[in-house]
Amino acid sequence: MMRIRITFSKQGALRYTGHLDLHRLWERAARRAELPLAYSQGFHPQPKLNIAAALPLGFSSRCEMLDMRLEHDIALDGLRDRLQETLPIGIQVSSIEVVDERAPALQTQVAAAEYEVTLTEAIDGSDLKRRIDSVMESASLLRERRGKQYDLRPLIEGLDILPDGKIFMRLTAREGATGRPEEVLDVLSIAFEGTRIERSRLIFQS
Amino acid sequence: MLTSEQIERKLDKILLKVQKPGRYVGGELNSIVKDWDKVSARVAFVFPDIYDIGVSNVGLKILYDQVNQREDALAERAYAPWLDMEALMREHGIPLYTLESKRPLACFDLIGITLPYETLYTNALNVLDLAGIPVRSIDRDETHPVIIAGGHSTMNPEPMHAFIDAFVIGEGEEVIHDIINLVQKFKGLRVETFEPANLPTFKREDLLQELAKIPGVYVPRFYKTSYMDDGTIAAIEPTIPDIPKVITKRIVPVLPPPPTRFIVPNIDVVHNRVSVEIMRGCTRGCRFCHAGMITRPVRERSVEEVLQAAEEAIRHSGFEDLAFLSLSSSDYTDILELVTKAAERFAGKHLNIGLPSLRIESVSIDLMEKLRENGRASGFTLAPEAATERMRRIINKFIPDEDIINTTREIYRRGWTTIKLYFMIGHPSETLEDVQAIADLCKRVIAEGRKVIGMKAKLNAGVSTFVPKSQTPFQWVSCDTPEQIKAKQALLRRELGRDRNIKLSLTSAEDSYLEAWLSRGDRRMAEVVYSAWKGGSKFDAWEEGKKYDAWMKAFEEHGLDPLFYTHRQRRTDEVFPWEHITAAVRKNFLFQDFRQSLEGQIRVDCRLNCFACGILPTFAGLRRENPGDVWKCPDVKSPARTAISEQLPVVGD
Repeated sequence: MMRIRITFSKQGALRYTGHLDLHRLWERAARRAELPLAYSQGFHPQPKLNIAAALPLGFSSRCEMLDMRLEHDIALDGLRDRLQETLPIGIQVSSIEVVDERAPALQTQVAAAEYEVTLTEAIDGSDLKRRIDSVMESASLLRERRGKQYDLRPLIEGLDILPDGKIFMRLTAREGATGRPEEVLDVLSIAFEGTRIERSRLIFQS
Repeated sequence: MLTSEQIERKLDKILLKVQKPGRYVGGELNSIVKDWDKVSARVAFVFPDIYDIGVSNVGLKILYDQVNQREDALAERAYAPWLDMEALMREHGIPLYTLESKRPLACFDLIGITLPYETLYTNALNVLDLAGIPVRSIDRDETHPVIIAGGHSTMNPEPMHAFIDAFVIGEGEEVIHDIINLVQKFKGLRVETFEPANLPTFKREDLLQELAKIPGVYVPRFYKTSYMDDGTIAAIEPTIPDIPKVITKRIVPVLPPPPTRFIVPNIDVVHNRVSVEIMRGCTRGCRFCHAGMITRPVRERSVEEVLQAAEEAIRHSGFEDLAFLSLSSSDYTDILELVTKAAERFAGKHLNIGLPSLRIESVSIDLMEKLRENGRASGFTLAPEAATERMRRIINKFIPDEDIINTTREIYRRGWTTIKLYFMIGHPSETLEDVQAIADLCKRVIAEGRKVIGMKAKLNAGVSTFVPKSQTPFQWVSCDTPEQIKAKQALLRRELGRDRNIKLSLTSAEDSYLEAWLSRGDRRMAEVVYSAWKGGSKFDAWEEGKKYDAWMKAFEEHGLDPLFYTHRQRRTDEVFPWEHITAAVRKNFLFQDFRQSLEGQIRVDCRLNCFACGILPTFAGLRRENPGDVWKCPDVKSPARTAISEQLPVVGD
């Protein structure tokens, strides 16, 4: 057995490929690249693939990560190119590394995620700054999602305007405590439609 | 016209508001984006149903490859947007565009629409309208693309004659090149922009006239239909010289190499698979079967060609399913060798291999068992179609009950828990007793299954309603009335509904009628199609789309009686709306086969005995130029022998 970790971007048309379909995409990519992807036992064998954190539909990302278990060791030389050749244009592999087989499951290690929001409909800079300050100064932001009330404020670890005018967010991303960029946009009174969101970094527990 | 950048910007704003936006963005592996300015012919192929269904269509894939393999042409794809997307596209002024370059369909030279089934007709109109192209052929001018259509349902093109400029009758692999060459020739005369000051210098009418001279191409505007007082057809005549009175379908003498670079969707679709066509045509001669009559002669690919293509296609796509396509897998000459080698070659690759249309015999179980070792044990499907000896003789699909019972028992015994059986109701002269026999047979099958594996045994009975099709021996017959269909379906529900291990699926009578009007419709039906679409019906194969009322109103508006098309036994000398179109199977042959059906006489597989259907004389030259045994027609040495076999009414009974 061998466990490899692939870091990749997900952009363009692939923004509209959901989490389950992305799983399927990687299973097929492995078959195309003739990687010895391992499958679970049983009546419906499932490929041993783990994606770090589901990316909402429509978001692009520069930093997706997945672990793939292989039936036997393979050489990493040239693997990145071999895999890249078999992928649709919207997926670009940036690195592949070997991970200890006994390391904890990837998705349990995610702590936070950073996002960059491009505004496609202009908003006055100083006004935006005021709105951000007000969000950061509030002690709590009670919101409702799927009929459940929760506090968004503690999930916002960082919120700022980048030099290029994009909004930067760092949101907690733990199981049961995941901040959603569209919720933050909502409290900033920015219409989700007038934005483009890209995940720029995943932060793992050290 | 909007540019691709403008379309993409508009899409960005709406895509997250629709179900499955991945349908509308392209970017799939193996899709081909060519340099627009480096080719002289641009073709958009349209499957007028949703992406989920259209993207895996093999016919369009073949044509997409044929065109893109040319240096001087490009082909892109479009599908019908689902209702939610259509509404937003209309609201935001987004014309239908191709997935590859996001260009509006209207800026292509040629649009090829596939019409495999009749319920796509309203969608085809909707697609043109969404593209901003006049729906009627006569309203289009030199600035509009040429609209061509093909596919099985165009064996009777007349209900669509007003909307399509030219129909391709038969197989498209070669004729698409003839059409592109012609368009390029005319475009040589054409100014590149659509500025009003620079209107193209050729006449659309001239181009269409030249198209009409290509063998296998039917340009409806150059044919005139006259009617008798009773609404049947008096004659169909060409209105210009030098075009054929009867358009004979095109075939390829040898099947070209199968496609191996299948489009890999980035979202889940209906068929996530590689399909390799192992054989085209069928020699069984089931009288209800449109495909079996219109895709003759049988041509096979070699085992090695099939396996190599399958292997390459899996390597290029990574799909988890592989299907060997044909109308009757069991009849492929080297089926055992193919399956054995496929099982070996794909062992351990987590691949499900499908083999549709197997004969009801134990060999089929052996075949499926070899394939099962590779992947999951899916259901086992068999199609007895009818359940009494009388019906089986009428439809020329003769399978004794004992064969069905023995085979299904063995299937359960060898580890399959679910068997699917396909039947049809509404065959000519069928009575309630014949339908009762379907229920009885299903009960016997499940009872045998229970003896072997107990309550785990499951049976899915799919019972569809027969629709008589053009170019088949049943083109003369009347459909069942709604009352008859309802009574037959009620009987099945009553008899089979109580057993929890039997799942019964029936097709709605309304769906069958829609198909029936259009299958044997004449030119007057075009106005009904138009009004039904205007009245809001589209996606006629979908509950969410079709509006039966709109169809009924359309009939009324044009003073036509739907029953004229469905419940009318055709006169033996009736001139059919498709009289000027032929699949190379002679009308005399079909009529003789129809008469034999009435007498309950069966005809054996025509690999064993040629019944002189007309294929061999029509394509004698082609066969002579392409010798070898890829055609499975028996050798017919002299005209004398043909004549004799034609006189033999019963063979192999």
